[in-house]
Amino acid sequence: MTDALKLTDLSKTFGVGRSLLGRRTGAVRAVHPITLSVPQGQTLGIVGESGCGKSTLARMLVGLLEPTTGRIEIDGAVLDNADPADFGKRIQYVFQDPIASLNPRKTIRQIMEAPLKRLHRMSAADRRQRILEIFESVNLRPEFLDRYPHEFSGGQAQRIGIARTLAANARILILDEPVSALDVSVQAQVLNLLADLRTEFDLTYLFISHDLAVVEAVSDRIAVLYFGSVVEIGPAAQIFAAPKHPYTRLLADSAPVVGRPLVAPEAEGAELPDPLNPPRGCAFAARCPRAVDQCRTQVPRLSPAGAGAEVACFRPVNVPEHPMSR
Amino acid sequence: MTAFVALLARNRLALAGGVVLVCVVLLALAVPVLPLADPDVTNTAQRFQPPLSPGALLGTDHLGRDLLSRLLWGTRLSLAVGFAAAIAAATIGAAIGIVAGFYGGRTDNIIMRGVDMLMAFPYILLALAIVAALGPGLFNALIAVAAVNVPFFARNIRGITVGIAHKEFVDAARLAGLSNRRIILSEILPNVIPVIVIAMSTTIGWMILETAGLSFLGLGSQPPQADLGSMLGEARSALITNPHTSIVPGVMILIIVMSINLLGDGVRDALDPRLKSGALSRPMAATRVDRAQTPPPPSGAGLLEVAALETQFHVRNRVYRAVGGVDLHVRKGECLGIIGESGSGKSVTALSIMGLVASPPGVITGGAAYYDGHDLIGAPYGRLRDIRGRSVSYIFQDPLSTLHPLYRVGDQLIEAIRAHRPIGRAAGRAKAVELLRAVRIPNPEKRITDFPHEMSGGMRQRVGIAMALANDPDVIIADEPTTALDVTVQAQVLTILDDLRRSRGLAIIFITHDFGVVAQLCDRVGVMYAGRIVEEGLTSDILRAPRHPYTARLMACVPELGAGKRRLEAIPGLPPVVDNLPQGCAFADRCQQVQAACRRAGIPLERHGTHAVRCLYPVPQSQEATP
Repeated sequence: MTDALKLTDLSKTFGVGRSLLGRRTGAVRAVHPITLSVPQGQTLGIVGESGCGKSTLARMLVGLLEPTTGRIEIDGAVLDNADPADFGKRIQYVFQDPIASLNPRKTIRQIMEAPLKRLHRMSAADRRQRILEIFESVNLRPEFLDRYPHEFSGGQAQRIGIARTLAANARILILDEPVSALDVSVQAQVLNLLADLRTEFDLTYLFISHDLAVVEAVSDRIAVLYFGSVVEIGPAAQIFAAPKHPYTRLLADSAPVVGRPLVAPEAEGAELPDPLNPPRGCAFAARCPRAVDQCRTQVPRLSPAGAGAEVACFRPVNVPEHPMSR
Repeated sequence: MTAFVALLARNRLALAGGVVLVCVVLLALAVPVLPLADPDVTNTAQRFQPPLSPGALLGTDHLGRDLLSRLLWGTRLSLAVGFAAAIAAATIGAAIGIVAGFYGGRTDNIIMRGVDMLMAFPYILLALAIVAALGPGLFNALIAVAAVNVPFFARNIRGITVGIAHKEFVDAARLAGLSNRRIILSEILPNVIPVIVIAMSTTIGWMILETAGLSFLGLGSQPPQADLGSMLGEARSALITNPHTSIVPGVMILIIVMSINLLGDGVRDALDPRLKSGALSRPMAATRVDRAQTPPPPSGAGLLEVAALETQFHVRNRVYRAVGGVDLHVRKGECLGIIGESGSGKSVTALSIMGLVASPPGVITGGAAYYDGHDLIGAPYGRLRDIRGRSVSYIFQDPLSTLHPLYRVGDQLIEAIRAHRPIGRAAGRAKAVELLRAVRIPNPEKRITDFPHEMSGGMRQRVGIAMALANDPDVIIADEPTTALDVTVQAQVLTILDDLRRSRGLAIIFITHDFGVVAQLCDRVGVMYAGRIVEEGLTSDILRAPRHPYTARLMACVPELGAGKRRLEAIPGLPPVVDNLPQGCAFADRCQQVQAACRRAGIPLERHGTHAVRCLYPVPQSQEATP
């Protein structure tokens, strides 16, 4: 199977603060070099808590942010052009806040026409036809086209957002928390719609969310992000059932599950490390119950941990320990 | 557009200003066809005729020219120059502001520093310098006035543009292949035009005055051409002997500028979205109560008891029944969950208890909230204030917006304590440290001097909980306190709340949309839909065997960790809007088991033991689930 999307050493560093002469005085590494690939027609879930760099990663993938290092390959071809319009035809983005992503002063038709006109240079008649087709496939009524965004509920607005990305005809969609602003009953409608569209148009998804259960329900593989790095990646069915990285285990244990008694998996209020002053070794070492001296001085790299999973940890859980790995 | 005119017309002063301005403008437009004397023909024999003289209704000036004619021609010219200057300044200023705000970075820096330099000069000096360089004349005065006002527009519009340029729809447009130029024209500009109009409407009067000022100094219109400023300038020498020559143009300037300013304020109020939403109208200290019937007496079931509560929002001629008859109670040491989707009325129920629903538009139209047997709804404000925070306290969803950004968290805690009991600074501080320790903030002695923005979301919510605990309340109402938090932090905050209610015997009403959280924390749970409780009972019973179809289907919608990749159940359709509720069951349109009887009339909440359901055809209990 070919990889629809392949990232190699993609990273982003933001300069912070300025000296009197305009030089940057510090740097924050929002995304550490990430290497990932998503096969055609699959969904890669990305989970992580706020501040872990998941949105920065998403914005780099669609060309809204320029990566500091690394490259993005789509269908084997390197994307080196920073022009978002060029990205637009290959890879599209579904925003978290469905209402905010629609211009309040344009009708839905005007919003839908933009990608058809600018990316595909379609004629007016073709555009009209194509918009009706797309609306059909996302279960929206054509009379919505002449209304304004504020007349829609969150779920409808998110369908419109999805319809717009379909209009661009990209094969890869970056879904950045697409349902976290929606109510649960509507959330399920949108998730099912996304699943149907994926089969119908053979799309490839990168699904970003902080909700473990949602990611697990929609993804084939899941990558767990902590402090800008992938700490674990593996098949969706196993990653939370048998977590290998202590952070993944912490996440899985923290999620409220019906039938599990309430216990705080962490006693003290442990927090993310200071990005201006990152730790030398593993970023999770300060919170990790299994940390040893090695963890505080060396950064663990992603390495295979069996059953298609990879983990960046010197002392993973649920992995039979090899004498060599110590 | 009609809504805008209606809003404008509600403001009487603006309406009056608008009417006067329209009259003046119509008059100015009609000047060429009116039977007026030639404004420039001098007749020194007839100089300084007083008003109401034959042939000169307003008298004549120092050269014997007809003042009425000069006034109307002058008004025409002054208005034209003022409007032209305003449009020129707005266009150039907005263009500069949009470019600076959109591109940001170095472009922004260079442009805005240039604008700052322009603003550093007193405006009249700058205008004089421009006219001096270009030479006197009305057109040059126009250029000067426009140039002087460009920075005002540029700064205003830049600020607005910066906000809009980072909105998601701009990113979306970029991904749709729009070039920067198109984004500016089709995405940004339509959103800043209201601001441009507001800025213009409030400054146009000022620009007419500035033009008049330059003409008064002899730098604007040149004799014999009349405009209001030059008329004043020429009348200056006869101010004492023949005051009418000054008063006539002076009064006209007053009328024009006053009417424009009144209208401008009205336009601003009508266009500003914040004013439209009523955000600046001051809500009352407690929700308005207008109960038609006497509420049911307390049953003594719990420490806090809500009986048949009805809260509505009256917006213009619509009535939104946000809460349509809710009964619930919570005992000491008990945690009651209220679960529901947005718009189900769960937050409004919670806020109604202490009269915290904003009025207008909120009105409590029925029911009661008994705390310790006494009704809080309609209680005198003094008593409500005494109970708020002391006996019943709240924890809100977003601690960043409930904590004051400019005060240290310790000071805010101490203030919360001192609002209810006299306590010294030192004792207050000790109590604040103790509270922070109770919510497990590490190193509380040090964190007490932090500002809210220096804390993480989880730490801030702990401060929110500490604040709710400050006066040892009996009841805490927590409105989605963990929704904005990460899962690992949520688990910590939930544990803190659970420990507190066990150790202090707190009664907690916990509002959420998350079944997992309810399952872990709450003893009993009420499910709300369209302003009513549709099912209520022990958490374990409801989660194991929900009886109401809505509860059952809502639970099926929620993906559960550990179940793997799958298709989710969805509930088709949307909840009904609460200003147009159906006669029967509100869930009927989305329900698979719906029968004709469901739509006929309101359905009562039927109680069997600990379990209550508002459904005619509840989900049958399976054999093994029956106790």
